[in-house]
Amino acid sequence: MIDILLSLLILTGAIFTFIGSLGLARLRDFYTRLHGPTKATTLGVGCLLIASALFFSVRDEGVSLHEVLVTLFLFITAPVSAHLLAKAALHLKLRSLTPTLKEGDDTPAHL
Amino acid sequence: MRRLLPHPLLTVSLAILWLLLVNQLSAGHVVLGALLGWLIPFATSPFWPEQIRIRHPLALMHYLGIFVIDIVRGSFLVAWLILRGPARLRPAFVQVPLVLRTDLAISLLANTISLTPGTVSAHLAADKRTLIVHTIDTGDAEALVAEIKQRYEAPLKKIFEEED
Repeated sequence: MIDILLSLLILTGAIFTFIGSLGLARLRDFYTRLHGPTKATTLGVGCLLIASALFFSVRDEGVSLHEVLVTLFLFITAPVSAHLLAKAALHLKLRSLTPTLKEGDDTPAHL
Repeated sequence: MRRLLPHPLLTVSLAILWLLLVNQLSAGHVVLGALLGWLIPFATSPFWPEQIRIRHPLALMHYLGIFVIDIVRGSFLVAWLILRGPARLRPAFVQVPLVLRTDLAISLLANTISLTPGTVSAHLAADKRTLIVHTIDTGDAEALVAEIKQRYEAPLKKIFEEED
């Protein structure tokens, strides 16, 4: 029973991580590419970590909660790095398919 | 009291973090964790000018619940958009005017936006009044801004900034 649950979690995790990476390769401009690794991968890694916590809690005695830490650090760092990448891209005025903000707004131009 | 224990919340979180890190619950590690939890905020207190206060713990729990649901929702949405193909995406930059004033609340909002459906926070204006957000696919920018404000900003305002 637990094996089936674990396999399902690992499979789901792998699929989402794969889709996230696929997005990185397949989407067309820098900003949309950012979305793949920050979102789909979050759930993917989440599933893998839940599977890991379950496996070690069942196999060894006592609960294994290392994984909570990984999740925590991931949730703190992933958005920050995405934010910095986006900021850097705005600053460099990267070619983008996204319509830019109107003039006179608080445009990234005066960064 | 204030000088000896500058950030009680930080102390507790650091102690818990330490216990998770060593992955065992023994008396020695609880003491060590508590010691670290006291020492680190004490040594770094110049970097934390403002006291962190959670005014509504229940609202925080509720917010975390929404946060987890939205991460799952966001992952499915983005996965679907990637699989459907890049040609039909309608990416856009939107500006979210902020009512939040404290740095902690603003950074939590930006973090939440980046982890939830189809949006990445891209830039905070110098006066901290506007957050520029990139969205991967939107039909209605105004609805998106309204959703961000109502779903994430309002609870954060309540948790961290509302006066009692």
